[in-house]
Amino acid sequence: MSRLVQRLGWPGTLALACILGFVAIGILAPLIAPWPAQGAGAPNVAARLMPPSADHWLGTDHLGRDMLSRLIYATRVSLSNGMLIVAFSLLIGLPVGLAAGYFGGWVDEALMRVTDVFLAFPALLLAVLMAASLGPGFLNSVIAVSVTWWPWYARLARAEGLVLRGQPYVEAARLAGVSHPRIILRHILPATARPLTVQAALDVGPALLTAAALSFLGLGVLPPTADWGQMVDAGRKFFPDRWWYSAMPGVTIFIVALSFSVLGDALRDRRKGAARASA
Amino acid sequence: MDIIRYILRRMVLSAFVVVGVTFLVFIVAQVVPSDPAALYAGPRPTAEQIEKARQELNLDAPLPARFVTFAQAMAAGDFGISYKSRRLIAEDLKAYLPATLELAVFSTGMALLFGVPLGVMAAARQGRWPDRLGSLGAIASVAMPTFFLAMLLQLVFAQWLGIMPLSGRISREIAISTPVPQATGFLLFDSLLAWRPDAFADAARHLVLPALTLASYPAGVAMRLTRSAMIEILERRHIAAARALGLPSGRILFGHALPNAMGPALTVIGLSFAYALTGAVLVEIIFAWPGLGRYVSEAILAKDFPVIAAVTMVVTVCYVAMNLIIDIAQALVDPRVALT
Repeated sequence: MSRLVQRLGWPGTLALACILGFVAIGILAPLIAPWPAQGAGAPNVAARLMPPSADHWLGTDHLGRDMLSRLIYATRVSLSNGMLIVAFSLLIGLPVGLAAGYFGGWVDEALMRVTDVFLAFPALLLAVLMAASLGPGFLNSVIAVSVTWWPWYARLARAEGLVLRGQPYVEAARLAGVSHPRIILRHILPATARPLTVQAALDVGPALLTAAALSFLGLGVLPPTADWGQMVDAGRKFFPDRWWYSAMPGVTIFIVALSFSVLGDALRDRRKGAARASA
Repeated sequence: MDIIRYILRRMVLSAFVVVGVTFLVFIVAQVVPSDPAALYAGPRPTAEQIEKARQELNLDAPLPARFVTFAQAMAAGDFGISYKSRRLIAEDLKAYLPATLELAVFSTGMALLFGVPLGVMAAARQGRWPDRLGSLGAIASVAMPTFFLAMLLQLVFAQWLGIMPLSGRISREIAISTPVPQATGFLLFDSLLAWRPDAFADAARHLVLPALTLASYPAGVAMRLTRSAMIEILERRHIAAARALGLPSGRILFGHALPNAMGPALTVIGLSFAYALTGAVLVEIIFAWPGLGRYVSEAILAKDFPVIAAVTMVVTVCYVAMNLIIDIAQALVDPRVALT
């Protein structure tokens, strides 16, 4: 524990704990939600829009559902949304970027120009266009954001591939007659895994923010499933008189995104510190 | 010579990117949606109506031919008609684009106005509480969901304090009884042209909250970039010389150090502009701002694909042009950029 604090500093450790806490909440949702049925979407019309109280710590929504339970269930959707976006984007960006960096020449030129086209769009706008075209829904919103997200990984992976293809061990493998796909998969991919996984883990926060924005526009999951962005939007009609409806999910998004960005800063500082120490 | 080659290369690449963007928008807006003809034909269409719509939209033509038609129409500024309102989209864009650009320009200005001086302060007091506070603010501004910040600002400044208007672009009294004559569509500019200080002040007040919402994230980025650039420059010798000469610290910071740290400011302008153009989709709904963002969000609900495609095209081309200008400016300011 103290070693972790030493490495990440207090803010970074706190942020990491916060993220792990939310992951645990998502996994254990049915066990810890005070009103599991309401969390999953069952209405309770007798208690509509109640302010926070002993029964409902964070108040209730317009169908009388316990806000805390809804938020706990929404954690599953929002977190897995963020993680799937990053995973999908890696799945596309990694092969494209590695191929571009490894082969160079016209392959590189062609792949990177395609990547440029995707990067030319303001990200949220392309996601909105995609999501509108595919229709609302959990998987569609994941695909829509991934389409705007993968070029960044392609660029990162290309930079790694460019460096690695000149390494002696890669050249040795090529001389030994190992096929190109096998070199990329067995010799280059593992070496890029570390910097990229760190980056990817940190990107779950921003990805989740983008997904929340799509949900807010009505392009995310469909009711009765809830996610944080959609809850903020649903509460907008009752804002600011019933402030808790929008404020609770809004603050939740903020805390999670903040944790990811604080953790990212801590890791970056640590890398900088390590570079300075070794220099 | 290198600079001219660099500029030419950037221009050719941008032209290529615009073609690619057009292709992608064509695929997503015209090929992916299941049946554009049914949407075009209106509510509960008959089979003949759909068939007629298919012919009008030229849906039976082969894909490459359809793409060429689409690209030619886009290049000519002919965006077609809206499925829903049956109005010419080009006319709608002309009405809504200035409102969004006004917001984008204003918020970019705000981001620089807050971000750069804060970054200078943080660098000057490196490691002490103004620096820590500034860094915390910068991190928070990245993590804050735009739409939630917009609602919070409304709550505090419009509902509680009552010092700012809740939403809209101008007060209803002015819009109805003494409207400002339209010349450019930029309300601040128009009210100055017509010499209407009352309308100018009112429009400016309406701008503050939405612009502040859109400025918060780029201001945070501006602050961080300025801070790190300034820290590096403050260690250079000409600063030490200026200190040894006993120049006042304000003049050293803003007169001798900051001009050397202006590279990041250019980056931030581009980033902030892009952020404002897309954030507009979220912010304009909340502040009832009559711009492209609200236009497109209504089109999303109605599955009005020609409108969504047109807005995406126009905004993306603005964005590509903006990036091109910034790249060229950066190469002119710092010729080393052109060598990479």
